[in-house]
Amino acid sequence: MGRVISRPEKNKIYYKQVLNEIEILGINSIGIVIIISIFMGAVITLQTRYNLENPLIPLYLIGLTARDTMLLEFSSTIVGLILAGKVGSNIASEIGHMRITEQIDALEIMGVNSASFLILPKVIATVVFNPILTLISMFVGVFGGWLASVTTGALTSTDYIYGIQYWFVPFYIIYSLVKTIVFAIIITTVPAYFGYYVKGGALEVGRASTKGVVTSSILILLFNVILTQLMLA
Amino acid sequence: MIRVDHISKSFTNELVLKDISVSFDEGKTNLVIGQSGSGKTVLIKCIIGLFEVDEGNIYFHERNLVTMSFKERQLLRREMGKLFQGGALFDSLTVEENVKFPLEMFSSLTSGEKNKRVDFCLDRVQLPTAHKLYPAELSGGMKKRAAIARAIVQNPKYLFCDEPNSGLDPKTAIVIDDLISDITHEFHMTTIVNTHDMNSVMEIGEKVVFIYEGAIVWEGTKDEILNSSNSKLNDFVFASNMAKKIKEHL
Repeated sequence: MGRVISRPEKNKIYYKQVLNEIEILGINSIGIVIIISIFMGAVITLQTRYNLENPLIPLYLIGLTARDTMLLEFSSTIVGLILAGKVGSNIASEIGHMRITEQIDALEIMGVNSASFLILPKVIATVVFNPILTLISMFVGVFGGWLASVTTGALTSTDYIYGIQYWFVPFYIIYSLVKTIVFAIIITTVPAYFGYYVKGGALEVGRASTKGVVTSSILILLFNVILTQLMLA
Repeated sequence: MIRVDHISKSFTNELVLKDISVSFDEGKTNLVIGQSGSGKTVLIKCIIGLFEVDEGNIYFHERNLVTMSFKERQLLRREMGKLFQGGALFDSLTVEENVKFPLEMFSSLTSGEKNKRVDFCLDRVQLPTAHKLYPAELSGGMKKRAAIARAIVQNPKYLFCDEPNSGLDPKTAIVIDDLISDITHEFHMTTIVNTHDMNSVMEIGEKVVFIYEGAIVWEGTKDEILNSSNSKLNDFVFASNMAKKIKEHL
């Protein structure tokens, strides 16, 4: 870890690497985040409507439920788990392949701090861009709920929009973004560790990738509990 | 000059290098030969600091690699070039970008000067038109030559080659051998080549070190190999029927 966060040999090259990683790990994940968020927002809205048969409960609470579910849990934790699979396997297999083909040794022989060169830009890229993905997920998820409401007739557009504005707590967004930053560090460092220390051939790289994804997913769930207790209790 | 002083290295209780002391001469092509599993690769990896030695010291012109800090090692490594067995070119970069990479990281040359240096190195290894190709598009010999170009781009003082001829046909192997030898003399480098290819030994071996089961059992020149009375060396050098026949005619 000390080697990862050491001072870069050349800032310009690291800056380029960060931009490159933002594209690979961040921008290329926008599509999957949008697709999943829109459907999850829709499903949360429809399920809540299905479970609210009591006429005493106002329908606008469905919008509130969809909004708070997206803000508090889905856009940070579930998106984090999805990215742990997509981004984590990418990182572990990329670094693992470089290890078994001696490309990491080649970097070391040139005098490059390979751990820092390969891992630090990925950490910075995800810490910077994953909060943006989380915000996108929040907006798209809430929009998905609205779309489901009006297309199925589950509740009126007016009720839904009133609900998503009702009793809004801005701190939920901060809570969600803090979680996202912690998850971003887990998503990059854990698979990178498994890839960096892989030994053997292609089979071991595959195993390292799986281990990286499973371990980072468990850590995300664990830190979700810890951060929730710390920030919301 | 590189001087290895009483080094030992073990992996999980198995002693792979046993009290090795040897010096590798400046401006010469030094060959480390031995059977597969004899400890050649481990020796080279210890010399360049990819493996930590259990005991002993390794001196690069009186600078001791073993006692250096991580930062000092990084600086020393900028004086090294290494040709890996599989080339170890970066997959995602073109040949030109691969060769330019060390310059981008460490040199203060202008963009034009960097391009000029890359052109010179690629010309030197006879790859003048491979700039835009990716490693996956290169043949085995071309990969080795591109890797040599990358290894020499920063004018290293020390060049390490791990099995440079593995997987190459005899004709291409001679081209690579000659290239390593020529570059060593041209840039006055201390070159260490790790090989079990006897053609390489006879082609370019100015100093030859024979490792047997982790210990150095013979040192000499390529000419002295043929007349050596060391039975272990003879078993290795004259293992093939063709080599035995040559020995009979000497």
